[in-house]
Parts: sequence; C-alpha cells; structure tokens
Amino acid sequence: MKEKVENFLQSKLSQFVLKSEPINSNIPTYSIKSEGVVPVIKALKEDSELKFDFLNDLTAIDWLGKRNPRFELCYLLKSPSNKHFRIMLKAAIEDGEGIHSITSLFKGANWPEREIFDLFGIEFINHPYMDRIILPDNFQGHPLRKDFPLEGFGQDYLISDLLHIHQEE
Amino acid sequence: MAIYEKTASRFRGKFDNLPEGHSLVNLGPSHPATHGILQNVVQLDGERIVDTEAVIGYVHRCFEKLGEKYDYNQFLVCTDRMNYVSTPLNNIGWILTVENLMQIQVPDRVTYVRMIISELSRIMDHIICQGILGVDLGAFSGMLHMFHHRENIYTIIEKLTGARLTTTFCRVGGMERDIYPEFASEVKMVTKGLKPALDEFRDLLLRNKIFNERTAGIGGISAEEALAYGYSGPNLRAAGVDHDVRKDTPYMLYDKVDFDVPIGEDGSVLHRALVRAEEMYQSIRIIEQLVDNIPSGNYHADLPHIFLPEKQKVYTSMEELIYHFKIIMHGVKVPVGEQYFATEAANGELGFYIVSEGEKSPWRVHVRRPCFWFYQSFPDLVKGGLLADSIATMSSLNVIAGELDC
Repeated sequence: MKEKVENFLQSKLSQFVLKSEPINSNIPTYSIKSEGVVPVIKALKEDSELKFDFLNDLTAIDWLGKRNPRFELCYLLKSPSNKHFRIMLKAAIEDGEGIHSITSLFKGANWPEREIFDLFGIEFINHPYMDRIILPDNFQGHPLRKDFPLEGFGQDYLISDLLHIHQEE
Repeated sequence: MAIYEKTASRFRGKFDNLPEGHSLVNLGPSHPATHGILQNVVQLDGERIVDTEAVIGYVHRCFEKLGEKYDYNQFLVCTDRMNYVSTPLNNIGWILTVENLMQIQVPDRVTYVRMIISELSRIMDHIICQGILGVDLGAFSGMLHMFHHRENIYTIIEKLTGARLTTTFCRVGGMERDIYPEFASEVKMVTKGLKPALDEFRDLLLRNKIFNERTAGIGGISAEEALAYGYSGPNLRAAGVDHDVRKDTPYMLYDKVDFDVPIGEDGSVLHRALVRAEEMYQSIRIIEQLVDNIPSGNYHADLPHIFLPEKQKVYTSMEELIYHFKIIMHGVKVPVGEQYFATEAANGELGFYIVSEGEKSPWRVHVRRPCFWFYQSFPDLVKGGLLADSIATMSSLNVIAGELDC
C-alpha cells in the first residue's frame, strides 16, 4: 500500500510533492507544498483505488528555532477500504502565511481548522467561519506557539475587564 | 474588548434580526440539560429548531501546551481529566503511544490487565451515557439501577489504582503496582452481576414502548455524512459503518479475543442506545475470555532505566537509588521521531500524536478527541427537530466537555 501511495504521488502529483528526509514514524509521511494541499488531498480522496476518504486528524506543529519555515500542518488521512491504512501529509508554511481550507472536501475539517487558528494563529483561506473557537474573544496571543510562555502573559487585562463589567453594573 | 464581547455582539445581532415569531434560546453553559459545560444558542420557531450554534471552550486547559513541559509519565495526569467518565481508557491510550514510540514490549500480564480494565471502563462509560439518556427523557430508574454496578467497577479500580476518578493507571513500561490477589474473582463477580442487570435494563428502558417512540428516528445522521464529519466509535457504528479500531488496526491482544461489533442502521438516538447496549455485552465477553487466563509474571517490563524501582529498594540499594534519581530528574529517554497511535475509547477513536526531539518532554503532543469531531455536526443533527429532541440527541452523542475542549 505504501508503494502504491508513493507511485501515485510521484506519477500524478509530482509538482506538489517535496523531497523529505526520512523520519522515524509509524505512519508514512510525505511533505507537500502548501499550495498543493487541496489538489493533493482531493486526488487521494477521489482515486478509485487509494480512496483516502476519511480525514482522521488535522493539527499543526510549531518548529520555532528548529526548522524553517516555522509551521507545519499535519493532515492524517485514512483509507477505510484499504485495511484502514493511514498516511500523513505535511505542508510547511511561514508565520503570517495562510493556507487553503479543506472544508470543501471534508466537512469535519471545520472545527479542527478553527482550533489551529485559535491556538497557532494560522489562518485558513476559504473557511466558512474563521474565528476563535476555544479561547475567549479578548485572549491575547496563540498559546501553542513556542514563544507563548507557559503561564501566559498575565491575567491583568482579564481582571481589568471584569472590573469594567462590575462598574457598569 | 470584554471576554465574550464578540460572541455576545454576534448573538445580539442575530437576536435583533430575528424573523417574526422566532425566538433565541440559550441552553447552557450551565444547564441541567447540558452535561458538562456546553452552550448552545438555539433559534426557535415555536417548538422547532431553525438554527443552532454550539459555543465550546469553557473547560479548556490547554493540555497540549502542558504536554510540552511535562515528561512522559507526568502527562498521564492530564489524560485523566480528558474523558472523566472512562479515565483508564485515556491513560492506556497515552501509555501505548509512548511505548510504541520507544518500542517497549510489556509482559502479557500487563496487557491482560490493561484490556480487562479497558473493557470495564467502556462499560462504565456506556452505563453513564445510557442512564443519562433515560434521565433526560424522564426515566430515572434505569440509571439508578445500573449505577449500583458501576459502583462495583469503581471499587475494583479504586483498589487497583487508589483513585476512583483520576486513576493515573499504568506507567510507561508496565503498571504502577501489581494487581491485588482477589482481582480476578472480583472482576468475575462484577461481570456476573452485570449480565442480568443489563438484561433488566434492556427490558426496563430500551424495550420500553414510550422510550422507543420517543427516540426512534430523531437526531439521525447518514453514514456518508457521519464519515464526512469524522465520526468514530458507537456513534458511527449506529449509522451503519463497520469501523472499530479494535478490529481494524488491532492493538494489545484484541486480535486474539473473540467479539462482535454491533452496527445500527439510521444513526438515530435509538440506534446509538442499542449499539451501546450491545457493546456492553461484548465487553463482558472479552473480559470473560481474559480474566481466567491472566498469566503470572512481572507487572512491568524489565527495564530499570524506564520503570521506577520499588520504593523500599531505593532506600537500601545504591543502584535503585541512582535509577530512581535519573528517572525522576530526567524522565524516560524517548528516541527522536513521531507516533500517531489510535485506540478505541468509549466515544470512538482516541488518538495521541507525539513529536519527540529526544528530550525529557515531547516537542508536541496532540490529542485526537472523538467528541471534538462529532460534536461539530450537532447543529445539523437537530435542525428542523423539536427542542426536546435536541436534549435527547445531545445525551445520546455522549459529549464529554473535558474531552471536547481538552
């Protein structure tokens, strides 16, 4: 199955596939260009043999100080008709860059993409509703970035907020 | 900007532009009909739901950030607080991921106990879900009846781990301590008592005419939609899709035991309840195959640099003291690499994704929470239905706030 995926990527989508160093992982991982996310996943999903039609997981990694470009989007796809074989696609983007949303291919990508926007500050283009999902509206920063301190930036602004509400009442 | 100013102004705008006769109702965040802190803002036309918006994040603790600072055994306490109805399943999922990344083989005794505890936790989770579903529809006795048996399972887990809710079961390379001598006989007693109780529960609630008419055909989802939304677990199986991580990509010894995967048809509230009911029988079946054959042996792998030595020896022996110090101060040594490992938790596929740079703590931890994926379809499930049905839909989905927000 792994060879089939490799052949498919090399023969049909070679313009989007990047050469990547082998990593120690239990799931075959492929690097793709950030602009190729939608066409590659679409092709893998619609291919009659591979049928990667289940979006298993969607997340991001911040490689601050380790790699360039800084962020890496991880798309975990599963092919239920091929013994639930999983592959990981990775697309690297720089801070401030956007990436195309895959909500048109998988409805379920909606909340995970919003979660990534909330916690990493990566914006998704063509997403139906790109806004914070988990954190409060006035939260400053994106906590899963490596330069965000573990204890946060302090609670002063939240406290002044509460005082403000109290005074209004 | 105030805490929820943007959200509030959005809903105020929605409220101002409501069509004639419609009303906007706020269910939650703290409401008896929402289990856990979940909020739904529902637009109603009389009793019919026109539109729903789910607001989540009230229990967010950012465990993924904490995971980047904790070492591999410490993160276990975070997993306790994810799905707090079936805690050991989360613990086992995390430990299996780390062990796979480190390529550790644990003794069969450990795997057997882990599997038995997994299945007991699954029963625990399903009892809550089924019971609460009944309570939400006005049938209290089913839940009270089953809670007695849930308590028995809790007693076993308490004896085994020392805690009822935050179990912190297992350590990398084994279990924290060996099972107690009466473990097997007590598990057998619990499963023996559970079977007639489940039969009674089925007759009492699931075969009840009122319950059937109340739940049949509401809150349904088609198989295609469910797959598109990333459903997994009993909710997906109720829609007629035969996916179960235990069968598809077997872990532990699930390929050695005999069990069936129950499948529903229309994904409605009734079918979800029926699938969960049958799953409890299957869990008992798995436990019965294992409990008599727990192999003797050690309760942890023989890896002194990974598994903490016995406390008594730390005080008396030099070597054990050194290992104790090394493990406590520097954590376990994990190779550079990545691992995504999926286990079948009570709600569906619980996956842990670790990116390790070979340090004390992982570079990145990600949890694929089943609740997070299927709860986003909630507005679709209840659209056009009655408000009262949305409560039943919510409880049959078994959304756990701690897992949803993580």
